[in-house]
Amino acid sequence: MRITNKQLRMVGKPIVFVLMLIPAVWLSWNWYQAFQYLPNDLGFNPQETSNRFTGDWAMRILLISLALTPLSKLIKSPKPVLFRRMIGLFAFFYVCLHIISYVWLDMLFDWAELWQDVLKRLYITVGLGAFLLLIPLAVTSTQGWIKRMGAKSWQRLHKAVYVVGVLVIIHFVMMRKGFQIEPLVYGGILGLLFVLRIKAVQQVFRRRKAI
Amino acid sequence: MFIKKSKSWMLKENSVTSESLYLNRRKFITGAAATAGIAGLASVGAGAFTADEKRVLKELKYRQTDFTAGDALTPEQAVTQYNNYYEFGVGKGDPARNAWRLQPQPWSVEVNGLVDKPATYAFEDLVDMNQLEERIYRLRCVEAWSMVIPWIGVPLRKILEKVGVQNGAKYVAFQTLADREQMPGLRSRVLDWPYVEGLRIDEAMNDLAFIAVGLFGKEIPNQNGAPLRLVVPWKYGYKSIKSIVRITLTDKEPPTSWNISAPQEYGFYSNVNPEVSHPRWSQARERRIGEFGRRKTLKFNGYGEQVAHLYDGMDLRKFY
Repeated sequence: MRITNKQLRMVGKPIVFVLMLIPAVWLSWNWYQAFQYLPNDLGFNPQETSNRFTGDWAMRILLISLALTPLSKLIKSPKPVLFRRMIGLFAFFYVCLHIISYVWLDMLFDWAELWQDVLKRLYITVGLGAFLLLIPLAVTSTQGWIKRMGAKSWQRLHKAVYVVGVLVIIHFVMMRKGFQIEPLVYGGILGLLFVLRIKAVQQVFRRRKAI
Repeated sequence: MFIKKSKSWMLKENSVTSESLYLNRRKFITGAAATAGIAGLASVGAGAFTADEKRVLKELKYRQTDFTAGDALTPEQAVTQYNNYYEFGVGKGDPARNAWRLQPQPWSVEVNGLVDKPATYAFEDLVDMNQLEERIYRLRCVEAWSMVIPWIGVPLRKILEKVGVQNGAKYVAFQTLADREQMPGLRSRVLDWPYVEGLRIDEAMNDLAFIAVGLFGKEIPNQNGAPLRLVVPWKYGYKSIKSIVRITLTDKEPPTSWNISAPQEYGFYSNVNPEVSHPRWSQARERRIGEFGRRKTLKFNGYGEQVAHLYDGMDLRKFY
């Protein structure tokens, strides 16, 4: 059975949209419970749980959005790219939740302390850098902006998402204590996605298919 | 048709020893020895010797002391389920999940170095269970959270006096058990195992320095460092080394695990100090587990009156 682009737009997109919302719904529900002093799954340090949960999902969804172009080249179908904008914007959405969690729930809008964090804590500076770099990408994600900028320069701008990816991994490695495996696994996945976008590697795949 | 012929050396799936049974094989042997009688044989069957996942914590006899933190106790559930004990995994819930593999009984501690009576002491010979006292201390983790915990145990000084500290001893070094069978976290190279810590001798002799064998009126759970651990409440939590198997008196400053891992972040002294931030985060405030906001961190975790004199004339920015 062939799935048409129309079916993907009409059915596939809403399904992916709902899936992408699940972590946010889980988190909001648990915070709602916590504020009512009702049992919840945020654990003994809810702010830590919330910061890590939103950060983890922002990173995972960012990596999924980066995987779509290589995937469509690999399977020689443009279909995965249909979901790229939506998933990229969801990555931005979870980054926003991550910042809300930190600035509001964790630091309680203590701006003086927050500013000290940005200046003195390199991993916070790096994280903020990644966020600031994502803003223009989110803003220019519409059809109108692609037309206004021209496809070439729009694409060049959106390559910046790889810089964001690198900053995110650095941010993650730096906040862990000791030598830990998990951030390196995510770093490895990003590295793999990098390699798949190198022209020479793509040609190797193409040639193998041709034979 | 594909016919799989079993060779004589091949084992059937159902003859594989279950993981929990394998990890507890010593207990199996002692258990089997104890029930060697005919009556005992009847009970030997599936499940009879499976892992002791819920170690029953015995009530302890102890006396109350004046060491009270003045703050409300952290709930017992949080104290026993939110832990940093990397030998059982790096997640906060990992120790409570995995530490059932630890066998705290029987336990012995090797005491060596500059002592009068170097020996491998049985736990019971080192800690006098008739002299236990309770001390309610604040615990401040370097990750900027804190708890209030009712420890039960004996002053470290009492143990050091028992083994006889020689004049040349300037430091005490401690070592945690490092057994791959009991501690699944050792497979990860997150730190250089075994975990080691140390104190200057005057710090170790200070009245606050404590060896805990219990919590909340009972024996100390595995994930909190059974059967005996150090508690130094004016220092960051990682100084309070768990499940001690070796105590060495020495004249040189001993290596400490987190200092080896990241010397620019963790010093030998590691006194709680809001004025000296960790390179990656501020130490000015902390989250008391169970509270919503952050409270101000106190210098020496509020124990300055008892310990500040130990550091007279020292630049605590340099000796962090």
